[in-house]
Amino acid sequence: MTTSFQEIVVEAQTRWQALTAGSQPWIRVGTALCGKAAGCDSVVDAIKGALESQGMRATVSEVGCLGLCFAEPLVDVQFPGGPRIFYGNVTPEIAQRIVANHIVGGEPDAEIALGYLEGVFTDPSTEEPDSEDDCIRPKNIPNLDLHPMRVLETRIVLRNSGTIDPMDIYQYVANGGYRALEKALREMTAEDTLTQVADSGLRGRGGAAFSTGTKWKFLAGSGAPVKYILCNCEEGDPGAFNDKAILESDPNTLLEGLILAGYATGASHGYIFIRHGHDGPIDRCRAAVNQALELGLWGENILDSGFNFQVEVALTGDSYVAGEESGLMEAIEGKRAMPRFRPPFPAQSGLFGKPTNINNVKTLAYVPEIVSKGAEWFAGIGHDQSTGTAILCLTGSLNYTGMVEVPLGTNLKDVIYQVAGGVPAGKELKLVQTGGPLGGVLGADSIDVVLDFEILRSAGAIMGSGGIIAADEDTCVVDLTRALIAFCQYESCGKCFPCRMGMSHLLEVLERICRLEGQPQDLDLMRSVGENMQAGSLCGHGQLGFNPVASALKHFGQEFETHIIDRQCPTGRCLGPRFSPKLSRR
Amino acid sequence: MDGLSQRITDAVHGQTQPTLTVLSSLLAVEDELGYIPKEAVAEVATFTDTTVNDVWAVASFYPNFRFEPPCEHKIELCWGSTCHLVGAMPVINAALEASGLSDEGDTPDGKLSVRLNTCLGACAQAPVISIDHHLIGRVSPEQVRRKVTELLEG
Repeated sequence: MTTSFQEIVVEAQTRWQALTAGSQPWIRVGTALCGKAAGCDSVVDAIKGALESQGMRATVSEVGCLGLCFAEPLVDVQFPGGPRIFYGNVTPEIAQRIVANHIVGGEPDAEIALGYLEGVFTDPSTEEPDSEDDCIRPKNIPNLDLHPMRVLETRIVLRNSGTIDPMDIYQYVANGGYRALEKALREMTAEDTLTQVADSGLRGRGGAAFSTGTKWKFLAGSGAPVKYILCNCEEGDPGAFNDKAILESDPNTLLEGLILAGYATGASHGYIFIRHGHDGPIDRCRAAVNQALELGLWGENILDSGFNFQVEVALTGDSYVAGEESGLMEAIEGKRAMPRFRPPFPAQSGLFGKPTNINNVKTLAYVPEIVSKGAEWFAGIGHDQSTGTAILCLTGSLNYTGMVEVPLGTNLKDVIYQVAGGVPAGKELKLVQTGGPLGGVLGADSIDVVLDFEILRSAGAIMGSGGIIAADEDTCVVDLTRALIAFCQYESCGKCFPCRMGMSHLLEVLERICRLEGQPQDLDLMRSVGENMQAGSLCGHGQLGFNPVASALKHFGQEFETHIIDRQCPTGRCLGPRFSPKLSRR
Repeated sequence: MDGLSQRITDAVHGQTQPTLTVLSSLLAVEDELGYIPKEAVAEVATFTDTTVNDVWAVASFYPNFRFEPPCEHKIELCWGSTCHLVGAMPVINAALEASGLSDEGDTPDGKLSVRLNTCLGACAQAPVISIDHHLIGRVSPEQVRRKVTELLEG
């Protein structure tokens, strides 16, 4: 029943046309994790209920994350051929008002609208937007593209997020999806494809920032019949949710990237690895995988090219170290997620002893656009050796929390004060925590740095997975450091004793300092423990585990002294109740 | 075969993905029953051609597995970095006070299981909790106290 790719595209375009320029309005509700936490489920129910009671017809779709998480639940209404009108912080009551005024009344409710976006009427075959005159601009409603969170954005991976229904592969195809795969299979050799990715300068977005092309060459060099590409969506970093958001918003862009990675490296199998319990990302990813199989986009003889590639979604239990590349392979094999000794490296002997390559979700999700638009285009975005964009999760004490995709080379200060709108309630920024719990903290006076893997690292912070947590003046650095180490201690897999015992020891010392019972020698003691952890641990968890303490001491050493010498917590945060999980790995 | 054993067997043998492992089988049992009974450990060992020891090793490593039947309701309280910074501790404190527990665990009447979670994934809406797998963001201690009381009385 092989359908040609052209037939799939025609079907997708017909469906998209019916949706955006058909007879009824299209209502989209953001239902990623941020939307769920803000109560989108009751908003969806309220919209459907109001439509029914008013006797109105409209298509209601659950989409992913547009990035403006602070405004969730986010609802937008698009009349055929018109712009998308967004409403933020929608409650079931506001949802009824939107249906009454906008759907029944036919006019946008300017009083409560957050902004508008010009609808995507792009003809995907030309990829040229319609001329500006064709867009109808609503009166008294701001252009959402001028919102601080969107002005600095360059959307590559997030191009479809919050726009298409992630459960419908045809919407992805209608917006140019799987064209890169078709192009690569039809007119590019595997080597060409790999060269494009290598020349683009793409580097791993999971934290290590290693050249993706170089990594792929290790795997491509092996002639073994069974080779694996693993996509890591374990994402246990508190403060980072971009991998999950990509799976929830546009899972096909990842899947297409995975299949392209398989083609470029001659791999036979791909695994997408997600933490059990994150039902939204898992369900949407599985739907994409199943639908793509039905359309013949993976499996045997993909699009008649002779290339075979199998895809599977694998789940892990709760374990942060399962996100480490060799821990991940252990978990897929169903064992304790404990890192392995290297060598042998995964490209020689990885999952089930076969040559293996591991990439983060974001890394793979760039690949379709790189293959479509070429290495040069991608290399032209970014800063120096850091090409492309950074997908950042902005959380903590910020006016606009959410997810943005900005070119590398953007200044972190602009991200905090412009994109995220600075700190609310007139408070001062105290510090920024980047790169997850193994990353570091930067004092407010040190954030004038551009987002670049090397520059950030030399500033004592890392890009990590893209989580940027802002803390205001009420934050106690000692208390925050204790919380970060509590996480690292809880998540240590226990294999290497310098990490297992070092983390416990660090936590004990930090608890003591928080209780204002610290000893003058405690800071040196922690440094010594940290050195041992770095030298004696097998994986990044132990090697980097001292980072939060080291960077906190570097930027806020005085505050530790105040706790230890003066027996005072200036913010009083350390005096409040403290909790850490009781259960741990046995 | 009693009902429990039947459900365990069905869950373990009903897995549809190609890669079947100790961990995937344990997750299948947990999805079905909400916990890992002793019988399941033996069943998984047989199914995966490993030993009971191997299965316990995996089950005890991942803290999402529990070994007693689940409570009627489950509340998870995020203690990740972002939530911590914007008020998770008072939220956790309120939940524990309202449930009469001094630390994470189950209420003696079996109504409510209170667990800390390292990250529920909705950091932009911190502080976040989840009740029976439904996320609730930007919660206040008062709101959590009310929710817990409702769950315990309901």
